[in-house]
Amino acid sequence: MAQDLHRLTLRQAIDHAAREGADGILHDVANRIQCCNSSVNAYVRVKPAEYDSGKNIPGKSVFSGVPVAVKDNICIEGQETTCACAILKGHVPPYSATVIRKLEDAGATIFGQLNMDEFAFGSSCETSVYGPCRNPWNLECVPGGSSGGSAAAVAADMAIAAIGSDTGGSIRQPAALCGVVGLKPTYGLVSRYGLIAFGSSFDQIGPLTKTVEDSAIMLNAMAGHDPLDSTSSRRPVPDYTKALTRDVKGLRIGMPEEYFTDGMDPAVEKYVRDAAALLKKMGADIRTVSLPHTAYSVAVYYLVAVAEASSNLGRYDGVQYGLRASDKTLKDMYFETRNRGFGEEAKRRILLGTFVLSAGYYEAYYLKGQKVRTLVRRDFEKAFTEVDLLLAPTAPTAAFKLGEKASDPLAMYLSDIFTIPANLAGIPAISVPCGFTPAGLPVGLQLMGRPFEEAVLFRAAHAFEQETEYYKKKPGI
Amino acid sequence: MKYEAVIGLEVHVQLGTRSKLFCACPTRFGCPPNHNTCPVCLGWPGSLPVLNEKALRLAIKVGLALECRVAERLKFDRKNYFYPDLPKAYQISQYDMPVNGRGRLKIEFKDAAGSTQIREIGITRAHLEEDAGKLLHEGIRDGSLVDYNRAGVPLLEIVSEPDLRTPAEVYAYLVSLKSILQYLEVSECNMEKGELRCDANVSIRPEGQTSLGTKAEIKNMNSFKAVEKAVEYEIERQVNAVDGGERIVQETRLWDEAKGRTFSMRSKEEAHDYRYFPEPDLVPFTISRAQVEEIRKTLPELPEIRTLRMIRDYSLSDYDAFLLAQEKPLADYYEACVAAKANPKLAANWIFSELKALLNERRLAITESPVSSGDLAGLIRLIEDGTVSGKIAKEILPEMFETRKSAEAIVKDKGLVQVTDASLIEALADQVLAAHPKSVADFRAGKAQALGFLVGQMMKESKGKMNPKLANEILVKKLNVGC
Repeated sequence: MAQDLHRLTLRQAIDHAAREGADGILHDVANRIQCCNSSVNAYVRVKPAEYDSGKNIPGKSVFSGVPVAVKDNICIEGQETTCACAILKGHVPPYSATVIRKLEDAGATIFGQLNMDEFAFGSSCETSVYGPCRNPWNLECVPGGSSGGSAAAVAADMAIAAIGSDTGGSIRQPAALCGVVGLKPTYGLVSRYGLIAFGSSFDQIGPLTKTVEDSAIMLNAMAGHDPLDSTSSRRPVPDYTKALTRDVKGLRIGMPEEYFTDGMDPAVEKYVRDAAALLKKMGADIRTVSLPHTAYSVAVYYLVAVAEASSNLGRYDGVQYGLRASDKTLKDMYFETRNRGFGEEAKRRILLGTFVLSAGYYEAYYLKGQKVRTLVRRDFEKAFTEVDLLLAPTAPTAAFKLGEKASDPLAMYLSDIFTIPANLAGIPAISVPCGFTPAGLPVGLQLMGRPFEEAVLFRAAHAFEQETEYYKKKPGI
Repeated sequence: MKYEAVIGLEVHVQLGTRSKLFCACPTRFGCPPNHNTCPVCLGWPGSLPVLNEKALRLAIKVGLALECRVAERLKFDRKNYFYPDLPKAYQISQYDMPVNGRGRLKIEFKDAAGSTQIREIGITRAHLEEDAGKLLHEGIRDGSLVDYNRAGVPLLEIVSEPDLRTPAEVYAYLVSLKSILQYLEVSECNMEKGELRCDANVSIRPEGQTSLGTKAEIKNMNSFKAVEKAVEYEIERQVNAVDGGERIVQETRLWDEAKGRTFSMRSKEEAHDYRYFPEPDLVPFTISRAQVEEIRKTLPELPEIRTLRMIRDYSLSDYDAFLLAQEKPLADYYEACVAAKANPKLAANWIFSELKALLNERRLAITESPVSSGDLAGLIRLIEDGTVSGKIAKEILPEMFETRKSAEAIVKDKGLVQVTDASLIEALADQVLAAHPKSVADFRAGKAQALGFLVGQMMKESKGKMNPKLANEILVKKLNVGC
């Protein structure tokens, strides 16, 4: 069966499985993982074989059994789920996240769990307790993070499609660095029930796929109201694949001037500007807009998101699940468990978050952060009265070397400078490949839209992708 | 120096919903440990809270009964601290926007001189929050276990203004609050089951001073009486300390019921910084005024109004009406009794004296009374129509209590019907007059009290069955004839 079915896009795989069943695809993907995972380290766990095959009747569901891989912070009933952190080693959730149930209901086979930065804290996938994930385009480079495993697996054809989570760019930035499509949906479009929380008012689950069409297919299955998530929206979900018209005529696209700054890699800037020019040629109306509070985004994010994180991570105390390092006294149990269970970045964020919520600092940091967040949101609201979409780079650079920023948290935080604002405002954003640097590393184009207007994102991203065909280029692994 | 105590109470009431505040787990008491739990109330990774709207309705109901200002927007906050009974390491509570703002509670009590006092106590706020689990230490070596059945059970924390001044007022506040909560059917308020918990903030200040002294928070009382005693002890402790030249420190103190004293648990310096912030998992939403009005329509007649109505309808004394109305089941029993044609005044007397004594003896609640309100009304009717005397009735009631028979049946079985046959009474009167010539002479000499003795003799001879009024009349007639 040397058909290389792992190379199929989700659309192709679904068509194949509808005719012939998904077993061949599952087989080829499993083989591909076996051959590449030792070098890429995208997967932390692959489901046992007996779980995978047999039950999928061809053509009886949307996915017909096509496999989807899952970031290790989304709960799967009966499967160890750890957030790539020592403190949750051995933790087996007694329930599945709503997105997992929805994907299974749509006929997907949940197949394997993907590497990530510990608790989704990071932009390089280097802080995982399972060791760093590597970029399939250059194994010396990081895949980005925190959903680095999801992006790398899709890029290396080790997964047909994957899901990740995006709190400050954790889907889009690795998608850009690995040359795949990554969507952060509008806050509230996809249920967070079962996503192990980092920053609850920012977190969104979204797909990482080989094409924009695949992203739309995934979102069709994932989106919709969930009574178990009070922050999930009740609005009806359209069929996103209907938006793929290959037509951008009359679409008003704004280029925020604050996103084209000096610190940017020239190759990145070139490809993003080229993309704008191409869209203009295709009939879009390209304008310059201003989002004046952009400069505060990273600072605000690292106040508010870490505050939420410090509270969300309090429960890892050794009492109920995961690691318990000592039980000499209650204090020993807390101190030892958390000291040994959390990595350095988690500790840094817990301390920072605890500090900004402390008596005497709350007003100056957390509260002020929330106020500035409102200003950032208003920037977007204003811009979206003039344009339908915003166009910007996804990340300021292409993939960087392993270890390059690992000891410089500030430099690392700045890799999310262009992705964080969408999380602050809760708006949808997509990253789609738009070129390769001279070193052969992918560059990502980011499009941001109005809340719940994912269809507009898909329309523009799909038209651009079909015109450029960067998705056809594969890493030589 | 003379001191005045300043006391405020924080009362936690479990709201009587079937399911927990943020998940569908049952709230049932007395289940095996960790039986009523799910990923949400256990705080397992990835789980999210969803508000129980019934709990919100009950909270608003209490707020309206306490005349609180109901918030326009509902918002929750996280209160962060570490303890093994707190599964998420934060409690979902309400910090700066409680569902119920300022209100008031009327209390009625007897002061030191024994006269009835009525005071209005300010309510600062009443907010919704989730309960924590419970640590189990007993019979466990090498550590403790946690039971999360209670984790996530809805609580309403009702905070009073520091308006209370004496232990008697504290007790009256709790009784009055419990009364309202029972009328609203939001809680049974059983302190032993933890359905109601009370902490007291106590400080003292020289009489006449308006600024507040340093307070101590007293915890761990498990009955209203214990709260009263703990507050009494604490006031005395603080007065003695200040008189002895000490400074009161802000601290949390635990009441030790066995030793009858409070002792220090932690000082202000050791107090938690709870790092409150808005709960991002629950979106703030508007409480419409229409919704509040709709809830207001479901409010039952509350004890204050019922007291007034009972004074008006049954000509009861203020205090009797208050005592009845305060205990809803008692007032219900009373009104059922009156509805069954019992004389209202007699019914109140019989319930407060004879019935209560019997119930107390057997430690029964009014709802468990073996004598139904209808049966008590039957007994009272027999007294009223002269079938039995009050004295006989007092013997019948315990029998009704034991046998659950009606008063009429007992009267019939035992031949206790009062003698009203004039010829029988006259015959007995003649007998008594003949047996006591000295009393007859005394009466005729103008000593009126001799008549009382003669009536008493007739009652004695008839074993209490003689109608005393008729006996009196006939005796007087006969005595006057002889003149």
